[in-house]
Amino acid sequence: MARLQVRRMNRKPFPFHILVFLAPGFVIYGLFMCYPLVDSLRLGLFAQAGGVESFVGFENFVRLMSDPDWAPRFWSALGHSLIFFLINMLVQNPIALMLAALLASMGKSGGIYRTLIFAPTVLSLVITAFLWSLLLSPLWGLPKTLLTPIGMGSLARPWLGLESTALPTLALISAWQFIGVPIILYYAALIAIPNDLVEAAYVDGATGWDVFWLIKFPLILPVVGIIALMTFIFNFNAFDVIYAVKGALAGPNFATDTMMTFFYRTFFGYELQKPNPTMGAAIAGSSFAILMLGVLIYIFVWQRRAKTYEL
Amino acid sequence: MTKPVILLKTMLFVLLIAAIAACAPVAQPAAPAATQAPAATQTPAPTQAPAATEAAATAPAAGEKTSLIIESWRQDDLAVWQDKILPAFMASHPNIEVKFQPVANTEYSTSLATKLEAGTAGDLIMVEPFDYRLKMYQDGDLAKLNDLPGLENFSKLALSAWSTDDGSETYGVPLAAVLHGFIYNKDIFEELGLTPPATEAEFLALLEKVKADGKYTPLAMGTADSFVPGLLGFQLIGPNYWKGEEGRLALIDGSGKFTDPAYINTWAALEKWRPYMPEGFEGVKYGDMQNLFTLGKAAVYPAGSWEISIFNNQIGDKFKLGAFPPPVPNAGDSCYFNDHMDMGMALNAHAKNPEAAREFLAWLTTPEFAELWNNSLPGFFSLSNHKVEITDPLAQEFLSWRASCASTPRNSYQIISRGEPNTDGEINRVTTLVMNGQMTPEEAGAEVQAGLDKWYKPQ
Repeated sequence: MARLQVRRMNRKPFPFHILVFLAPGFVIYGLFMCYPLVDSLRLGLFAQAGGVESFVGFENFVRLMSDPDWAPRFWSALGHSLIFFLINMLVQNPIALMLAALLASMGKSGGIYRTLIFAPTVLSLVITAFLWSLLLSPLWGLPKTLLTPIGMGSLARPWLGLESTALPTLALISAWQFIGVPIILYYAALIAIPNDLVEAAYVDGATGWDVFWLIKFPLILPVVGIIALMTFIFNFNAFDVIYAVKGALAGPNFATDTMMTFFYRTFFGYELQKPNPTMGAAIAGSSFAILMLGVLIYIFVWQRRAKTYEL
Repeated sequence: MTKPVILLKTMLFVLLIAAIAACAPVAQPAAPAATQAPAATQTPAPTQAPAATEAAATAPAAGEKTSLIIESWRQDDLAVWQDKILPAFMASHPNIEVKFQPVANTEYSTSLATKLEAGTAGDLIMVEPFDYRLKMYQDGDLAKLNDLPGLENFSKLALSAWSTDDGSETYGVPLAAVLHGFIYNKDIFEELGLTPPATEAEFLALLEKVKADGKYTPLAMGTADSFVPGLLGFQLIGPNYWKGEEGRLALIDGSGKFTDPAYINTWAALEKWRPYMPEGFEGVKYGDMQNLFTLGKAAVYPAGSWEISIFNNQIGDKFKLGAFPPPVPNAGDSCYFNDHMDMGMALNAHAKNPEAAREFLAWLTTPEFAELWNNSLPGFFSLSNHKVEITDPLAQEFLSWRASCASTPRNSYQIISRGEPNTDGEINRVTTLVMNGQMTPEEAGAEVQAGLDKWYKPQ
């Protein structure tokens, strides 16, 4: 009895004030994030006919992936999203790492470059899209003006207008604009590495190359992972640059159609195409599933293996 | 947990939120449109939508003014309505006050549907042609106007854009049409000794001459925006091949197919334009085409009549402009041209002042309105049968074709674009491919017809 009483007295009362502090975040997040997401996933399981919603299970998803009206567009959009991501991953990230390494080794004098390289990132995407459309315009663009005097004018092609080159061109525009973000993250990680580690390595006779790959790179590996994940999420959802340059039809002949432009046309309708919110929600649901998969792979495969070091 | 790990987890959490936000349709941002709009119905309107309609006045007492509100997507025309058209109406109808209340064209559908549902929509509703608002009439949101005095001033064709499929019930007064043809640079024509062509062969010979001279781009056209090949290519020259209404109605009743020679020949004719378009035309956008022409660097421009006021403003008196209708395939063929119904005016079925609104609608059918409209908005032509004096010479030229050639609207706007894939979008897509040299005219016809056959069973 006595012991029980003692225990009860020792137990702290439930800290109700914590609930009060958590509530605003919880409510706002729930209301504006969770609810719309869950509702959009729910909408994907319904079909609309004559203004009436009816539950159809996974039929929308099956149609999306196998129906001859939907499947070709769906798979091509998925493929384009992956290509868009891969180009950014393989071009933007290595260049960003290189520039960050250079900036980190420059000390204070790198400031001006840092600002210049980050500048496009803070510009509105509509502006950069317009700028690049002008630069690459076959009528008054830069390539023709630059290449013609040296006899290579025929090399200048309407890159944004050809099916074969439009998507890579857009991916490179996006990579150019947002390269500042991974640079800043790499840079922050690189300058956080204590100098004594680097100096010790030099004393032991390591070259600059060795120091980077054997000491610095392993130390920033967690950042490499998070940047890869960010690249995946941002670029798999690529929409704005395509919409700004090519419009919702993602021309030519849907060559730049990604999951999000496909979703936009389906959900909101376009010109004479009627909006189809339930199929649109199914597209959003599929792309959510793919992003989720990427994030899970990151958490369970990469993050468990990557070593973090106490510095 | 060590600090970096916590930091990583937090970042991951933030990223997940970002992913979620990007997925949820409600969070999808409506990205701004950077390009110039194609047709009159889509002219960009940058200003903000006005607040929702305030409750309209209740039934008027004697001597009190009845107020009407016009719902519209034509923000560009706000000044013309406010300063010219409505004052003219109110001068002759002192008891009625009319307000023009446009919203951005991209928001029109949503805003109109919301207002109708809430019962706050204006008494007068501007309507796009054919399938855009037909359902609203069928749902009982728009009133039947068959008995409106003055409708006899419109052709059956003009009324068909705002009538049920069988033409028996009409719900809109035709306001305006846009006409399609070619606008040319008169100065370049004079310099090179060219005259407007009448046949396809003459047209190509003319383009060849401009090309041989080398100083100017023969045809200011590009295929980067897919509505351009569809609307300013296929729909512009096509009526001469499919014989206007005859071909358009045949498609609807199923006796005509996109695999017929008429359509194949249209695409074949467009294919021949390729050498005369600017280099790298695959990347040339609608805005680029306009610039190329207004800067005086191109001889011929495939146009819709809405360009008249745009060109007049941008070109001024830098050079003179002329226009010619789409050339016919062979000399002596009768000519057809695209005369597309673009705007109409309907009556809210739950209007608060239906009598006053009907009075206004009846006024829209008068010669007074036609005169006022055609001269206030050159390039948008009234659809009534009244003879109208137009002051703008280019608009006059366009309008004169109605006397010599037969009118027909775009062939993909009525009925045959109601399903998936919609025929209008398909025409735009395949025409782009044909002009880019990636598809033959035969393949184009087969593809559009296959898409239509998937869902359309003509009666």
